[in-house]
Amino acid sequence: MSMTQAGIRAFDVDAIRADFPILSRKINGQELVYLDNAATSQKPKQVIQSLVDYYEQTNANVHRGVHTLSIEATDGYELARTKVTKFINAPRPEEVIWTRNTSESLNLVAATWADANINEGDNIVISAMEHHSNIVPWQQLAAKKNAELRYLAAGEDGLLDVSNVDSIIDSRTKLVAITHMSNVLGTINPVAMLADKVHAVGGVILVDAAQSVPHMAVDVQALDTDFLCFSAHKMLGPTGIGVLWGKYDLLEAMPPYMFGGDMILEVTYEDATWNDLPYKFEAGTPNIADAIATGAAVDYLADLGMDNVWAHEQELTAYAMEQILSMNSIRVLGPQDPALRGGVISFIHDTIHPHDLGTALDQQGIAIRTGHHCAMPLVRSFDVVAAARASFYIYNTKSEVDALINGISETERYFSR
Amino acid sequence: MSGLNDMNELYEAIILDHYRSPRNTAPVDSPDIDLEVNNPFCGDEFHIQLKVDGSAVTQVGITGRGCAISQASASLLAELVEGKSSDDVHAAVDSIRRLLKGEEVSEEERDILGDIEALEGVRKFPVRIKCALLSWVGLDDALTEHLGA
Repeated sequence: MSMTQAGIRAFDVDAIRADFPILSRKINGQELVYLDNAATSQKPKQVIQSLVDYYEQTNANVHRGVHTLSIEATDGYELARTKVTKFINAPRPEEVIWTRNTSESLNLVAATWADANINEGDNIVISAMEHHSNIVPWQQLAAKKNAELRYLAAGEDGLLDVSNVDSIIDSRTKLVAITHMSNVLGTINPVAMLADKVHAVGGVILVDAAQSVPHMAVDVQALDTDFLCFSAHKMLGPTGIGVLWGKYDLLEAMPPYMFGGDMILEVTYEDATWNDLPYKFEAGTPNIADAIATGAAVDYLADLGMDNVWAHEQELTAYAMEQILSMNSIRVLGPQDPALRGGVISFIHDTIHPHDLGTALDQQGIAIRTGHHCAMPLVRSFDVVAAARASFYIYNTKSEVDALINGISETERYFSR
Repeated sequence: MSGLNDMNELYEAIILDHYRSPRNTAPVDSPDIDLEVNNPFCGDEFHIQLKVDGSAVTQVGITGRGCAISQASASLLAELVEGKSSDDVHAAVDSIRRLLKGEEVSEEERDILGDIEALEGVRKFPVRIKCALLSWVGLDDALTEHLGA
């Protein structure tokens, strides 16, 4: 299980599937085919067991006691932080802050760094393919500060349009906030290039990595990003816990987000001083059990090797794209070249509405997402109100892709009766 | 196909017919009520126009985008409300709410609903109840507001 052995274990999908108890469930009498991984992933027994072990063997509050359980809980909580640190190749564990989810990580940066550094006349650059959680905090901040919110467009090919990047990012750009991988289009965005551009004008870059960290090797130093936000629940971990990573000097200079226990160094009746990183941003008793379980999820992924995870999903995506594109009734949103995208395929059927398709596939045991995918402006830009989305993970197989294609065909037959 | 036959109650022939050939979709000239309703959860949206004389709906036009259930439901609504008094519309909306929740609906009410009874199968698919009610609730609220104004 050690990190140095990353990727040595063969990528054995049958063995992986055996680790996921939920995959043996029947849905409407059929084998479950779970293709809603961009919404949340399933959890292996190693992660579930780590929660049970924690509550049965270790449960205590952290950073407070001198008793054995408190020391063990603190060690487990901090060990999980170091696992995440290595997983994203961050320089220091103090830069890894536990939050509730990606949305809270984004809001934390908006309420602290951005509130302190963005002023009237400055601009924030985001893209047209952001999740609502990476749009609304910046809309609110821009309105409050009289700052400008600018968009990099999404081209018809589903790729980020960077033709005008040198006029969009200018001397008044303080922040670029961009998704690493679109949760609708699957598009992988050129984060390192945007980091160079915004650094050249003295701004910073925040990367919404909710869809990338679970699926590919993400190295914050290679990307030269300043902030990185992601959630554990999309990467085999529990719900209710996420990560904000930031460069040490930026985090050090930021004001606190919430006030309370653990985030203070000294309190008098008149005033208080703030604790060191990362605790300055972790007010109150933290989500200890889920942090430890996130560590177990990171172990699981590191053991598989993220390059192997990515290769598996690329193979599935290429296989699925070929079959879906051969169906005349279906239009795929986003890049058609599998090499330019992750394993998220949003599509529109020319006669069957996504919700009717979603219900019909559910009857066949196949779970997909339908709707606007929390990206209303993007989905509307394709002149539709909703789309269907299939998204893959480590335990999915080509035969499940076949089941999806067959399920769509069965649905077509049903509705043409 | 085995699993899909369980959907027959949801997608009855009447529902598919209204979905494919929605009724009363023509725009209404100078409507008294003109509203957009949408379900932000799924993106379904309808444009509802009514002409109201006294408390009676004399003309209706409904167009929109949505799933088979929401579109068929809107079409059935458009068919029902033409010529009805606002009291009749309120009563029908009340009946259909109860029908979809699996509550008591009298034979007399079922007679008034007619083809709309075909929506009853939606109650076995609770996440789709919102689809069926979207246009009904929007129209009912707008009519109440219009007559109260």
